[in-house]
Amino acid sequence: MSTGLYGTYGGRYVPETLIPALEELDAGWREAKADDSFHSELHELLTNYAGRPTPLTLAERFAPGKRIYLKREDLLHTGAHKVNNALGQIVLARRLGKRRIVAETGAGQHGVATATVCARFGLECVVYMGEEDMRRQRPNVERMGLLGAEVRPVDFGTKTLKEATSEAIRDWITNVETTHYLIGSCVGPAPYPEIVGELQSVIGRETHEQVLAAARRLPEVVVACVGGGSNAIGMFHGFVDDADVRLVGVEAAGAASLGTGRAGVLHGSRSSILADEDGQIADAHSISAGLDYPGVGPEHAFLRDSGRAEYVGATDEEALAAFRGLARTEGIIPALEPSHALARAKELEAELIVVCLSGRGDKDLAEVLSQ
Amino acid sequence: MSKTLVIYLMSGRQTPELAAAAVAGGADIVELGFPFSDPLADGPVIRRAAERALAEGMRTRACLECLERTRELAPETPLVPMTYASLLEAYGWQRFDADVRAAGGTSMIVADLPAGERPELARVQLVAPTSTDERIRLAGELTDGWLYLVTLTGTTGARGELSPALPGLVERARRLTNVPLYAGFGISTPDHARTVAEVADGIVVGSRALEVAEEGPGSLQRYVASLRAALDAALVV
Repeated sequence: MSTGLYGTYGGRYVPETLIPALEELDAGWREAKADDSFHSELHELLTNYAGRPTPLTLAERFAPGKRIYLKREDLLHTGAHKVNNALGQIVLARRLGKRRIVAETGAGQHGVATATVCARFGLECVVYMGEEDMRRQRPNVERMGLLGAEVRPVDFGTKTLKEATSEAIRDWITNVETTHYLIGSCVGPAPYPEIVGELQSVIGRETHEQVLAAARRLPEVVVACVGGGSNAIGMFHGFVDDADVRLVGVEAAGAASLGTGRAGVLHGSRSSILADEDGQIADAHSISAGLDYPGVGPEHAFLRDSGRAEYVGATDEEALAAFRGLARTEGIIPALEPSHALARAKELEAELIVVCLSGRGDKDLAEVLSQ
Repeated sequence: MSKTLVIYLMSGRQTPELAAAAVAGGADIVELGFPFSDPLADGPVIRRAAERALAEGMRTRACLECLERTRELAPETPLVPMTYASLLEAYGWQRFDADVRAAGGTSMIVADLPAGERPELARVQLVAPTSTDERIRLAGELTDGWLYLVTLTGTTGARGELSPALPGLVERARRLTNVPLYAGFGISTPDHARTVAEVADGIVVGSRALEVAEEGPGSLQRYVASLRAALDAALVV
């Protein structure tokens, strides 16, 4: 009866307490998807609150001799693609009658997006964040506070996104009857990978239309960074049926769940994860808090195995160089996460490329300046 | 019929002796935790115990050896490894099952493998206050020996008060299945034991047993004996 499978990946590896909530969520999601009023409410919010559609910008000076188009998710309200998912899930949570929201955050972008939509709809919001991430993403911690969310520090284990996610799930187990878990990436037990993937696929749909209008053809390659993988899956969904378009995901070299991982179970689903031979989860390492995660969405593991998408790595240094490069050549300060995608995009053997610029870099200034 | 007392211990160097002490104190079944780095169902006590066990090198093979030595010291007691799916995925699902049984394991519990997933793997199933009747029935059909009633919506760990959700859960489970019902999560004192024994067929004590076990086998045996006495007193009433 395994549900929500991508090949052999995905599923529901969670304590029994959560199964009825996942079934309720799944039913609510299917109802919402079939309901025009859900789509019109979400469309109105994405347009007039979040600022969609986002532009597609040609980065002429960043990569001379190529046409690299940037999908400008950095221009969205709250500064990253995360708000697409947060808005969709908050509309869903309200339909389910939930009054309390819990979330995990790594870089803080998902936490800020969640705190924002909770403020907008007057819902209680608790965000779990690793102490190490709170240190390196201070401005986002302060933003969440201003927005009325309670940020709960997680002070054990790696003190990063992995532990924050575990604690958010433990909170959900405890308060499941009143609470919606607003997961930030295309990970977790079914139906979360599907929900987040579909809510983010607005990125790919818009890009497909925009690149055809701008370049009069489809790109040779689309590139996106991959931590949990939500901006990448959203972008890839727009091109997965176009067999001639290469899909390239870029992981942090020290957190390459797809590049160097193995099949395993983490946070409710089977995917490719960083784990040792006994199945114990390994530590990820990245300068970018948003990519510093030892798991990845199950659909990415499936796309890798099927050969439809390829996944490569970029080091901290390469990401930093791209971060500085884009700022100097285009007047755009990217987040460290998509800086990994920018680093690889520049050297691809292709002329027409789209990169998902998933967020802006204001949150990363202190970390970059300290390097 | 006497009520069943299940004691949870984390795998480690001292565990076979601790398990023997628990049995001497009156435990009927011993659960052996195979530690996992990211135990979603566990509260701070078991999570920290897992971190310490992993730091001591209690990986899957070492846990199986621990199970074997515990079997020698407690030859008559059912021993039930409790772990998470990631360990089975890495070790091989069938191989894990075979090696657990070869090492003397009686069944197993996989905390993040709900009824219906991997039905071919025989194990003790868990149900929770949130479980629907349909899921309780399914878990009852699939379970291996007894059904683990999670008394509360939450993670493992001692609580001051017993969960008010338990009597309703027991009542539903009685209607839907005939297997023995042992209740766990949040049960830590002889008073709790006595109260739960009035409705369920047994109790599972984990986090508090781990804390007492740190004081050594003598303390653990006395603590388990206090729970045993409470269960037996409930029977007399």
